[in-house]
Amino acid sequence: MSAKAARFPKTPAAIGLTLFVVAWMTLVIILPLANVLFEAFARGVAPYLTSLAHPDAISAVKLTLLVAAIAVPLNAVFGIAAAWAITRFEFSGKGLLLSILDLPFTISPVISGLVWVLLFGAHGWFGAALQDAGIQIIFALPGLVIATILVTLPFVARELIPLMQDQGTDEEVAAVTLGANGWSLFFRVTLPNIKWALTYGVLLCTARAMGEFGAVSVVSGHIRGLTNTLPLHIEVLYNEYDSVGAFAAATLLAGLAIITLILKTFLEWRFAGELAAHRKH
Amino acid sequence: MSLIVSNITKTFDHFPALTDVSFQAEPGEFLALLGPSGSGKTTLLRLLAGLDQPDQGKVEFDGIDYLALNPRDRRIGMVFQSYALFRHMSVAQNIAFGLTVRPSKERPSKAEIKATVERLLKLIQLEDFGHRYPSQLSGGQRQRVALARALAINPRILLLDEPFGALDALVRKDLRRWLRQIHDETGVTTIFVTHDQEEALDLADRVVVLRSGQIEQIGKPVELYHRPQTEFVFDFLGSSNPAPARVDGDTAHFDGFSVPVISATPLNGQKTTRFRPFDTQLATEGAGFKAKLVSVLPAGPSLRLELKGDDGTLYEVHQAHDSNSADLKLRDTVYIRPTKVYAF
Repeated sequence: MSAKAARFPKTPAAIGLTLFVVAWMTLVIILPLANVLFEAFARGVAPYLTSLAHPDAISAVKLTLLVAAIAVPLNAVFGIAAAWAITRFEFSGKGLLLSILDLPFTISPVISGLVWVLLFGAHGWFGAALQDAGIQIIFALPGLVIATILVTLPFVARELIPLMQDQGTDEEVAAVTLGANGWSLFFRVTLPNIKWALTYGVLLCTARAMGEFGAVSVVSGHIRGLTNTLPLHIEVLYNEYDSVGAFAAATLLAGLAIITLILKTFLEWRFAGELAAHRKH
Repeated sequence: MSLIVSNITKTFDHFPALTDVSFQAEPGEFLALLGPSGSGKTTLLRLLAGLDQPDQGKVEFDGIDYLALNPRDRRIGMVFQSYALFRHMSVAQNIAFGLTVRPSKERPSKAEIKATVERLLKLIQLEDFGHRYPSQLSGGQRQRVALARALAINPRILLLDEPFGALDALVRKDLRRWLRQIHDETGVTTIFVTHDQEEALDLADRVVVLRSGQIEQIGKPVELYHRPQTEFVFDFLGSSNPAPARVDGDTAHFDGFSVPVISATPLNGQKTTRFRPFDTQLATEGAGFKAKLVSVLPAGPSLRLELKGDDGTLYEVHQAHDSNSADLKLRDTVYIRPTKVYAF
């Protein structure tokens, strides 16, 4: 990272503040995470593995990955399109579009799930028509995917917009005068310039897509082995007092989160270097 | 093969950026678009490159209607004020870009592209910099790479937007001479935009002076300087002092003396004429505009004196370093006499 904090003298206040932050983080992050591990292995390794090998657990992991695998690429494409439109063109209603883009961050995920039930559920606006056509959206994979898409919509666009605004259009305009068509322009100029921010956005989007609970919970219907994603699976087990099972599944989710965190830190380090080089330019 | 721009008009949200602009660039000519910021010169450049469309008017090159052509088909090499180098590509890749994006039928072979890049790297005197990235180059080096990249597509016209705007004075002067040399070697019709009158007069074969989106005057640097047609051109090309006079044909009459007057058309009557700081004589007595010495700047090819008239008018006067003026002290009273004046 390029920005280093100015060094303050190590006064008792400074030491106290640092200790407070470390203690607080231990209390609210490290301790619960350690507890997850502790509870998962409370009865040893064998029960831990058995509960992970349960078909419901495996199907929950598969479903979680499948939902993320569909939702994240769609949001990446949308994010690039939205960032491109917002930073490269002038149009009326741009401010409104930017505000709407933030909506999924500000509204409760439960609402994000509920809107789909109200639209596509059995008693929703399109419920009857869908039922006649034999298409099931709510309490099925499509519902899980669209709920996840809605909740994770802003991640990629929000990463790209400030970067693309900062980079400006000069390089793209130059490419056009040099004879580049739209295709070359995007793949040879735009994409290489945003690749790290894009990767970073996709990563955040993936982490959120896999961990999403609220919206998914509303549209899932909690059908074991069918529509339970990993977070929902954990809830079900916990409600049934299967604490080893619940915490074992939680270690998977926490593991995914930690992998994401490591990748994110790596990218931040990598991305900061690139950004610094870009700024010098 | 000349570029003909006729009656171009462009309006942005009711703001007239360009009004009825017409000029012609001859093959191989080096043309400057000179004007203060907001005069429409960059807008004009963008219209030529196809990055904007005019509301009215025509742009023709070699008989081809350029306004109907997509910017990528115009083969206009553009050098941007910010250079706009591709930051993720090496210098060599930057220069090769215009060739490598061509459709496969028209694309030169890899060996040909490599040869072109090497030839251009040599031209811009950066032979050993092909593998570097733009962020590892100085401003002047980036400028040269941007030029090589534009030249690589073998452009019909080269456009440069404030090519020396972001460089420091020394590099600027060096690069200016070098750019002229490159132009003479390649012979490509070149149009550059600048707000620096010295740059325009020094470099260009002809200068188009723009003011508020309209052409004030087109001419060779010498013509512009010696025969300015409007007050604006006179004031923009150098320092100017006002002098109210009674003009009578080719003579301007002042209180106690008369001097020749230069004007585009014969003029008569009371006029505010203008004169250059170096077209002056200073005396401690006699006829002239009475003024007090306010400051002396001894640096440069001549002594620069600032004087304040009794009526508050500020005058700038240049005198030789070894003239009597060198002995003047601040607040001394002197009489300024122009040796020739311009009237419009």
